Amino acid sequence: MSEYSRRDLLRHIGISLTLGAAGEYVLAAQDVQHIHQTLAPQNGHYTPKSLTAHEYATLQRLSDLIIPADELSPGALSAGAADFIDFLCSASDEMKLIYTGGLAWIDEAMKHRYGGKTFLAADPSQQTALLDLIAYRENLRQDPALSPGIDFFAWARKMVADAYYTSPIGIKDLGYMGNTAMTHFSVPREAIDYAVKRSPFA
Amino acid sequence: MQSTKSAQVFDVVVVGSGAGGGTAVKVLTDKGLQVALLEAGPMLNPAKDFREHVWPYQVDNRGAGAHSELYFGRQQWGYFAAPVGYWDIPDEPYTVAAGQEWRWFRSRIVGGRTNHYGRISLRFSDYDFQPEDGLSDPWPVTYQEMSPWYDKAEGFIGVTGTKEGLRTAPDGNFLPAIAPRVHEVLIQKSCGKLGIPCIPSRMAMLTKSINGRAACHYCGQCGRGCVTASAFSSSQAMIFPAMKTGKLTLITGAMARELVTDGSGKVTAVSYVDKATRSEQQIRCRAVVVAASACESARLLLNSKSARFSAGIANSSGQVGRNLTDSVGYSLSGTVPALANLPRHNSDGIDGMHVYVPWWLLDDKKKNFPRGYHIEIGGGFRMPMIGSFHGECAAFQGYGRKLKDSIREQYGATVGFAGRGEMIPNKDTWCEIDPERVDAWGIPVIRFHARWSDAEINQVRHMHETFTGIIETMGGRVMGGRPDPKTAGISTPGTIIHEAGTVKMGDDPNRSVLNKYCQAHEVKNLFVCDAAPFVSQPDKNVTLSIVAFAWRASEYLAEEMRKGNV
Ligand SMILES: Cc1cc2nc3c(=O)[nH]c(=O)nc-3n(C[C@H](O)[C@H](O)[C@H](O)COP(=O)(O)OP(=O)(O)OC[C@H]3O[C@@H](n4cnc5c(N)ncnc54)[C@H](O)[C@@H]3O)c2cc1C
Ligand code: SF4
Repeated sequence: MSEYSRRDLLRHIGISLTLGAAGEYVLAAQDVQHIHQTLAPQNGHYTPKSLTAHEYATLQRLSDLIIPADELSPGALSAGAADFIDFLCSASDEMKLIYTGGLAWIDEAMKHRYGGKTFLAADPSQQTALLDLIAYRENLRQDPALSPGIDFFAWARKMVADAYYTSPIGIKDLGYMGNTAMTHFSVPREAIDYAVKRSPFA
Repeated sequence: MQSTKSAQVFDVVVVGSGAGGGTAVKVLTDKGLQVALLEAGPMLNPAKDFREHVWPYQVDNRGAGAHSELYFGRQQWGYFAAPVGYWDIPDEPYTVAAGQEWRWFRSRIVGGRTNHYGRISLRFSDYDFQPEDGLSDPWPVTYQEMSPWYDKAEGFIGVTGTKEGLRTAPDGNFLPAIAPRVHEVLIQKSCGKLGIPCIPSRMAMLTKSINGRAACHYCGQCGRGCVTASAFSSSQAMIFPAMKTGKLTLITGAMARELVTDGSGKVTAVSYVDKATRSEQQIRCRAVVVAASACESARLLLNSKSARFSAGIANSSGQVGRNLTDSVGYSLSGTVPALANLPRHNSDGIDGMHVYVPWWLLDDKKKNFPRGYHIEIGGGFRMPMIGSFHGECAAFQGYGRKLKDSIREQYGATVGFAGRGEMIPNKDTWCEIDPERVDAWGIPVIRFHARWSDAEINQVRHMHETFTGIIETMGGRVMGGRPDPKTAGISTPGTIIHEAGTVKMGDDPNRSVLNKYCQAHEVKNLFVCDAAPFVSQPDKNVTLSIVAFAWRASEYLAEEMRKGNV
């Protein structure tokens, strides 16, 4: 398998285009690639646009609990999941309502259970105790009052996952190796053997 | 409305720039004719409009849409997908008869839906043209007659494949096939055990450079639009080159409203709305090729009323709008333990499946539905996108290290099956002009009527059993519950985006609108070149056949014009 670096990719497309008869509009393809590159996120300080400092910090903590760092990779906190969600909230009142309401519910539930502490101020064990209640839909059966928390957590979990796995850190964690240019497509023998050996066709 | 007439009389005006219109433009300009192309959408600029190779994180909203439309189920079409396709066009509504369902995907851009399509390119079989069960009319052509036109179509657009000698999947003029991915190898083995064929897919992507188009570089993003034109689109492969010949006048933002006829019933001009100025224009021509997509073409004919054609041009048979079909669709996925924690590698390849299952029960007389289906296959390590793990999150619940591990384990371990089957035309599935509604340009809109019969419902039940069998034979587990017993999980009519049949061809002018060359029986200089002429909806996606029929019709038209018959 011959793979190209990003620079080679640009060159590859450039070469293809001089061969191509696809019309003059295509010729600017290399410029497009550069434009997209400049859109890459600036790593550094994010100032929340929509959530309050407290909401944002609570969301950061939640994201850290949902997808934590481990020995293989950093987690959703480093990947800026809270930034992405805050950014979406800034352009959608409907989205903002989900987060402001949900985060307030969490604080309220925390205070109720653990003597007046917000989610952020609570001990890690208290935080996970609350999440253990709202991270599983079947808990609704014992306690229907958990419903808003469970709904909110489902939103937070899927959006933290979205933010994480579409970030460079998350893409690396998954091991997605595509979005490149190759002159030839082939599938590694080891990968085929791995699957066949574990299948009923071994 | 005051209308401006073009000074020039074009040899041919083509309406619509999709698969059929693009082919007509290519063939007619190659023959040296002066062609004007009316396209309701804007110009396409691949370098600017296509988002090939863009990572989600290079866009602020990562593909959720400016106002999180994706999360609220309001996104018209994938953020990274090629422009400009919609389920609902703001200015151009359509209606559906009370209590019924129909969804209509339309594109408004040079190249139409060929910018978006999956590029699965299957020939119809001999029995598709001459059905032996009598459940739908025979086509006025045979496979033998069409085979050379398929050769031309494949030779030009470029289709991968292998010679298999199957009656249900006639062999063609193929480019090299592409290697199966790991999950596809397992599926082939599973199918092998079950006696189901699973063969290299037939896709319009260039595994080899042809006709001046670059070979594919295997990024798996054809649905975003291919900047190197290695994936076929009529815009890049047909229309842009035709523009360079000097024979083509492309008019964008031009919504054809009506075909204008003279006293003899011949089309003399096409009247259209110039969307930018909201003014009515007429473009004069010696012949017209209508290729606005099956239902838009029917709409244009029905809206072209005159003293001579009170039910719409060329519609004395009353067949315009009738005989509407879409493919029957059903999908099922499964997780496969053998694929868990699969060693990582780049499995992008060409977008979509590298292998597929052609229909295999042609001679089975015991099944409880007529005709058949093919199976499209999904899976592999795809670029993670917004929504890629929603299913995983909902199924796993929980959070933390365990969630992270489970996502790692399951990445690439899901397989998907989509059945695409033949619908038998029925009298309750059709379209007409809604007498009460017009679009933003004042053009009366289409009203749909649709109904599946037991034939289709039984077919999707069969799909469910088949897909379950394939998944379980490879040691996998079906995801999701059993479908609703009444609908059996059948697709909403229209959603497979293979509308056909609304301007039917046939030998009998009383029962069809067009002859075997897609030429109107009643109006010799009117041709229809999309899927509207199709007599039935074989279980083989329509687009390759649109190109083949449009190619044949266009050569016929050019020859008839040369002879002075048109
Ligand atoms: C996501 C997706 C996947 C698909 N996958 C496959 C596949 O794998 N294989 C397959 O065979 N098919 C597939 N299809 C279907 C395929 O795209 C269509 O069959 C094909 O493009 C239809 O070609 P057409 O000639 O009817 O024109 P279209 O491609 O529908 O284009 C029609 C054009 O006409 C223009 N137009 C409409 N009305 C007017 C008017 N009144 N005046 C002027 N212009 C007008 C439109 O703006 C449009 O540009 C898929 C479609 C979609 C959306
Ligand atoms: S996979 Fe090939 S054909 Fe498809 S977009 Fe990438 S380069 Fe183009």
